[in-house]
Amino acid sequence: MTIDHIRNFSIIAHIDHGKSTIADRLLEFTGTLSQRDKQDQFLDKMDLERERGITIKAQTVRLNYHADDGKDYVLNLIDTPGHVDFTYEVSRSLTACEGGLLVVDASQGVEAQTLANVYLALDANLEVFVVLNKIDLPAAEPERVKREIEEIIGLDTHDAVLASAKEGIGTKEILEEIVKKVPPPVGDAAKPLKALLFDSWYDQYQGVIILVRIIDGTLKKGEKIQLMSNKRSYEALKVGVFAPDMREVATLSAGEVGFVIAGIKDVADAKVGDTVTHLHRPCDGPLPGYKEVKPMVFSGLYPIDTSQYEALRDALAKLKLNDSSFSYEPETSLALGFGFRCGFLGLLHMEIIQERLEREFNLELITTAPTVVYKVHQTNGTMVQIESANQLPPTGEIAYVEEPFILASIHVPNEFVGGILALCEEKRGVQREIKYLTPTRVMVIYELPLNEVVLDFYDRLKSITKGYASLDYELLDYRQSELVRLNIMINGEVVDALSLIIHRDKAYYRGRELVSKMKELIPRQMFEIAIQAAIGTKVIARETVKALRKDVLAKCYGGDITRKRKLLEKQKEGKKRMKNVGNVELPQEAFLAILKVEG
Amino acid sequence: MTGMHISLYLHYPFCVQKCLYCDFNSRAERRFSPAEYAELLVRELEAVSRTLSRPVQVPTMYFGGGTPSLMEPSDLARVIETADRLFRLEPDAEITLEANPGTLSVDRARGFRSAGANRISIGIQAFENRLLARLGRIHSVREALDAVDAARCGGFDNLGIDLIHSLPEQSLAQWETALRTAAVLAPEHISAYALTVEEGTPFAALERRGELPLPEEDEGAQMFEATARLLTGAGYEHYEISNFARPGRQSRHNSVYWRRASYLGFGAGAHSFLNTDGLGERWSNAPSPEQYRDALSQGILPTRDRIPLTLEDALAESFFLGLRLLAGVDVGELAGRFGAGPLAPYLDRAQGLIERGLLERDGDRLRLAPKAVILANTVFAEFL
Repeated sequence: MTIDHIRNFSIIAHIDHGKSTIADRLLEFTGTLSQRDKQDQFLDKMDLERERGITIKAQTVRLNYHADDGKDYVLNLIDTPGHVDFTYEVSRSLTACEGGLLVVDASQGVEAQTLANVYLALDANLEVFVVLNKIDLPAAEPERVKREIEEIIGLDTHDAVLASAKEGIGTKEILEEIVKKVPPPVGDAAKPLKALLFDSWYDQYQGVIILVRIIDGTLKKGEKIQLMSNKRSYEALKVGVFAPDMREVATLSAGEVGFVIAGIKDVADAKVGDTVTHLHRPCDGPLPGYKEVKPMVFSGLYPIDTSQYEALRDALAKLKLNDSSFSYEPETSLALGFGFRCGFLGLLHMEIIQERLEREFNLELITTAPTVVYKVHQTNGTMVQIESANQLPPTGEIAYVEEPFILASIHVPNEFVGGILALCEEKRGVQREIKYLTPTRVMVIYELPLNEVVLDFYDRLKSITKGYASLDYELLDYRQSELVRLNIMINGEVVDALSLIIHRDKAYYRGRELVSKMKELIPRQMFEIAIQAAIGTKVIARETVKALRKDVLAKCYGGDITRKRKLLEKQKEGKKRMKNVGNVELPQEAFLAILKVEG
Repeated sequence: MTGMHISLYLHYPFCVQKCLYCDFNSRAERRFSPAEYAELLVRELEAVSRTLSRPVQVPTMYFGGGTPSLMEPSDLARVIETADRLFRLEPDAEITLEANPGTLSVDRARGFRSAGANRISIGIQAFENRLLARLGRIHSVREALDAVDAARCGGFDNLGIDLIHSLPEQSLAQWETALRTAAVLAPEHISAYALTVEEGTPFAALERRGELPLPEEDEGAQMFEATARLLTGAGYEHYEISNFARPGRQSRHNSVYWRRASYLGFGAGAHSFLNTDGLGERWSNAPSPEQYRDALSQGILPTRDRIPLTLEDALAESFFLGLRLLAGVDVGELAGRFGAGPLAPYLDRAQGLIERGLLERDGDRLRLAPKAVILANTVFAEFL
């Protein structure tokens, strides 16, 4: 197979616009997936994998296609679903391709979520062509949607493929377009090996598996390779491709995409974006674009049942095996006991990990409100980075504090612009630009402090725009800010897990809202409970939960004791899910009250 | 010859109209005539009696519902006679009939009395027509008072009434008036429950829509306290969380539940507990009258959810049921029954509750502290 007959492409689509079904049709049409396996829904299977994978994992599959021009082609589908938290990973996967199919639902049109990935693809110089899917639906409006794509994205749609993956319409046309529109890779098999590592994961039997795109050179089984970022060397024990199952090959050459198993023990050593070369005949230098991804959002994870601490530690270790971007270290809270401070790429990443811990590992967790990394400049001239309010040095030792700002691009229908602007202003945003992409679609660009975004920005954004907004962001810089520590006290005791760092201007309002929310969330107990908010020692708000007066279900009928018992058990179960702070029982929700406070 | 003591509960799952707060096994559609249903009860009594290997004697019998006073006195007589023939009622057996106002005349009361019922429990619930209407009751205050008169004239000298407090738009003062009214009627027994809004009832829907203005927790608590204060002041003994009686007139049947004595339930959805091994076993009948009938007509017992209790279950029950009686539980007796070893952890929990002021211990007697009666579930949950 010569390099001219290789096509590397990805599919860019909004969720539900039919990516999985299109992929299935391509696999079937090329005989990669037999009719017998048809029900498997190949990409859906991958979606499931992806749901289980912490970072969103790239997947590849090799298709052999005999085109109308009479020649045989190898088409490598590199599946790169994207989300704002994984922009870097997605961009690396896209770098492994020369072309992309933009799949748009012919009735729904361009969705906000699609845009960021299209732009990433265009940034990566991919040749993007358009597929309008679901054209068989009565609501399909291909002409309107084409116009929209031209206006918003600026892509030529005059030869867009009209397809219905469900009905099998347009499959061959898509394959032909891939052959015609996607440029063949450029590379020299004779040059020293230079390969892009665009994903890696841990397999419990084979160790770390890496996905590579060979830029130059040839990689053979048994050769010594080196990862350029950390200079570690390994032996390529297995090289191969997914077709769709793992299949070993003798060599991978320039332009090809495949996997390498090299006895790498730790997925943290196989970083996305790294360059793989030969140990003894290295290439001239690493590929551009590599960067270390660092957690941006932190929160404390604590088991509700303290006996689950070990189980939580083991579960975190297991997740970390497959996700080097996630970090954790032990943390102790007076209120919550032993737990872990965990770092995530973003909020989605955080949600995925929390959900996996609860669902797959059956852990019941309390999550503290997410925070960001602050730079605290101390009066003694040193600077410390802190990830939680409790790490903040005493006020007297702080010269000033800096907080991270992001550049947020929010894409919305124009009717919501007013609401978005109000939200961004409330969140201490600095307006950069408002771009009208079309008369009805707007890109609002703001500089925002990340600490405001991690609290409830997404939810507010969603409710303001009825779900029609998409948010993309990148880290901008650190800026000096008037930040203070807001403490919550329950019956006079500071609950460390509830402390937060907040802008001084917001402290009073947040403090008041927080205690009143807590009052709603804390059930009455045998005694009165005082909830206070304080900046330092100064109390700025107080609420009281009155003592429990009545807890009796009197009715029991006809000797139905089983039911009575169930009611009591339910009550007890509810209590077990509470966390004791002093002698006060706090429900899980109380620890997330900050997320439920507006403003 | 003495047999095993087993009480009998007989369920009549039909009403004239279903009350808006009610989640009991009852329905307004009467697809069976009272005579047909009584026939099913008789058939079930016969079928169950054949499964028992030991002789039985029956200290209490209870007709609950639904509205069992919708049955004809002759139906009741037939069921009681059958029970007596098959299970042998003790000479002084307590035989209670639940009755709703509007279904009880002097003649019918006399009929029930001569059928063998010697105790009647009348569902009065409230003493204000406005509240009765709000609850979806079919009767007025006048009819409730008439029902009490009818029962007395019909020969019932052991009479209980049921009341509910913490009703929508009910004030503490109104409830206190209701209690005084009840005391004036001088029943032998008064049950006074707080309304609980149960899932699936029309009240639950109203509450979700914010259309059920229930008293605040503090006021509900005051109603509870007023109940105990006024009724004990009127000469009633507060013997169970929500039950009051003239001396010697406690409901013997309900005490069977709290003391974990055996009872067999008959009729659709009836619950049974048979304690032959010290731990016991619980089960219930199919709740639907049609399923109940179909099972019996195929010669099958309509039972389901048979749960043999573990030692832990039995111990937990001994506390959360026994402590409902304000006389409390006798831990010496429990030690004898279950062994001191298994009992020990429960006594530790009890000790914790004593230290929190929620339980009192007096020799072997462990009972709810007066202030904890109203917080009983908090206490009970500790024993699970």
